[in-house]
Amino acid sequence: MSTTTLPTTGARVRLTAGAGVPVVETEGQLRSILASLSGVDAVGAEARAARLATRSIKRTTKRAALDLAISMVDLTTLEGADTPGRVSSLCAKAWRPDASDPSTPSAAAVCVYPDLVAHARERLAGSSVKVAAVATAFPSGRASLAVKLADVRDALDAGADEIDMVIDRGAFLSGRLGQVFDEVVAVKALCGDAHLKVILETGELVTYDNVRRASWLAMLGGADFIKTSTGKVGVSATPTVALVMLEAARDFAESTGRLVGVKVAGGIRRAKDALRYLVIVNETAGSAWLTPDLFRFGASSLLNDLLLQRLAQRRGVYVRPDEFSGD
Amino acid sequence: MSERLDVRKTYKLLIDGAFPRSESGRTYEVLDARGAFVANVARASRKDVRDAVRAARAAQPRWWSASAYNRGQVLYRWAEMAESRAGELAAQVAAAEGLDATDARASVGRAVDRLVWYAGWTDKVTQVLGGANPVAGPFFNFSLPVPSGVVAVLAPRDSSLEGFVDAVAAPLCVGNAVVALASETRPLPAVLLGEMSATADLPGGVVNVLTGSLDELAPVLASHEDVDGLDLEGAPDAAGELAALAAATITRVLFPRTGGDASLRRLRAFVETTTVWHTVGQ
Repeated sequence: MSTTTLPTTGARVRLTAGAGVPVVETEGQLRSILASLSGVDAVGAEARAARLATRSIKRTTKRAALDLAISMVDLTTLEGADTPGRVSSLCAKAWRPDASDPSTPSAAAVCVYPDLVAHARERLAGSSVKVAAVATAFPSGRASLAVKLADVRDALDAGADEIDMVIDRGAFLSGRLGQVFDEVVAVKALCGDAHLKVILETGELVTYDNVRRASWLAMLGGADFIKTSTGKVGVSATPTVALVMLEAARDFAESTGRLVGVKVAGGIRRAKDALRYLVIVNETAGSAWLTPDLFRFGASSLLNDLLLQRLAQRRGVYVRPDEFSGD
Repeated sequence: MSERLDVRKTYKLLIDGAFPRSESGRTYEVLDARGAFVANVARASRKDVRDAVRAARAAQPRWWSASAYNRGQVLYRWAEMAESRAGELAAQVAAAEGLDATDARASVGRAVDRLVWYAGWTDKVTQVLGGANPVAGPFFNFSLPVPSGVVAVLAPRDSSLEGFVDAVAAPLCVGNAVVALASETRPLPAVLLGEMSATADLPGGVVNVLTGSLDELAPVLASHEDVDGLDLEGAPDAAGELAALAAATITRVLFPRTGGDASLRRLRAFVETTTVWHTVGQ
């Protein structure tokens, strides 16, 4: 990964290139870094995302992209009605997405509530599939820090490899950036080696400028991934938001040398959409990000469509949507 | 006052209740029976077929879950729409089939009557194709006809309206959703009838009308795994090959008719039989 040349950018951050992640000790330092970020050209970003969506991916490239996308899926179930049985079938599906074809890659992870982590862990023993847990008072993030940390500790004790935390959007939007930052730092400290994904819930952040600032805040706080959405509010991942976040990850890597991943989640149901996101990843952050270590899809029904398209490519005819199980 | 500009009509596809151009952007020229240019018509691609089948699959459960009486009313309304625009249909039938005005109007009349006939069948077909079976136990045992699901219709090549109505209305009558490929050389009456379906309360996606090349699209429909039935009326020359493709994906097939009684043939063609046991009550 380190051999890949990162694209040159117009990042206007007052950081020395390759100087490592700056130590942020006061809210003032954080504010000054975030204030130095340039604004997002919303019209330009949307136009670029729309233009990238028109790229055509065919034949062998399409096959490779479908496999890559499958290996990037965080197969997710975050319903109040989740049961151990449902999680079992989800785990089986993540491990062997297409039982009729052993060459199908496994999904990257299953993503569940903390109380079901132990069950998923047990079901996935021996596989490469990671167990991710949403924590910190998901999906609203409105609880005291002590409660959030307890939530994270529970998930880690049960064996979670990855923690998906939500930021407190209320605090972010009312300008209490230090509080949001401290929470990310505290959760990362608790996580240790476990991967931390920070959910920005971009649908509630109102502007692309806020998305860019929140991305930097999370990355400075130690996030291994920044993630768009919980999937629990009306507006979830959009190509433009992904573009803005990937730009942030690229600029952050350029100025600090640390590669942070991006996860898009919520509302991505079609293989075609997934391929469009991969194009945006490649054209924005670069091909270094085209790996499950640095890019993920949080989704449930997307996996089925990817498998269907894969099967259609193999058979050469259009296939039945009920070829694969619903969950 | 200045002279009016021509308002020319664009003939489009009917997919999922909307009237898109072909995804491919292609069109082809349709000529009348004497070889004169009539219109440019959308030439559907395999992706349009895919979209139409997806729409039909999504729409079929709702169509089948409507009461038989309701389905009959909707089909009857479709007939009303066709009747009220009979002149327009007759003009297209006359151009397509080379008929004079009287014969064309008579053909439209028969097509409308055929639609009404199928509308009447919706709540009677169960009694005719189903039944109560004798069993040696304290049970009732019923056989009930249920729709196959998504039926692809290769509409007749020559009979541009009457044949189209017969091939499309029959599978609809028993609860299927339809993806119809209109006659390649005479598609306009079918396209018009499709437009009328939009004002007949037919839910979007229950009827989809494609225009384009039979050679190109028929194999795609036949080999599509999510198509449950295939009417080969419009492809007598390639029926064998298409049936072989359909067999590979377990699709029910109706071959072009070669004589014999036709009255209920199409109604029987795309139904499955489900058998229900029920205890005898007190």
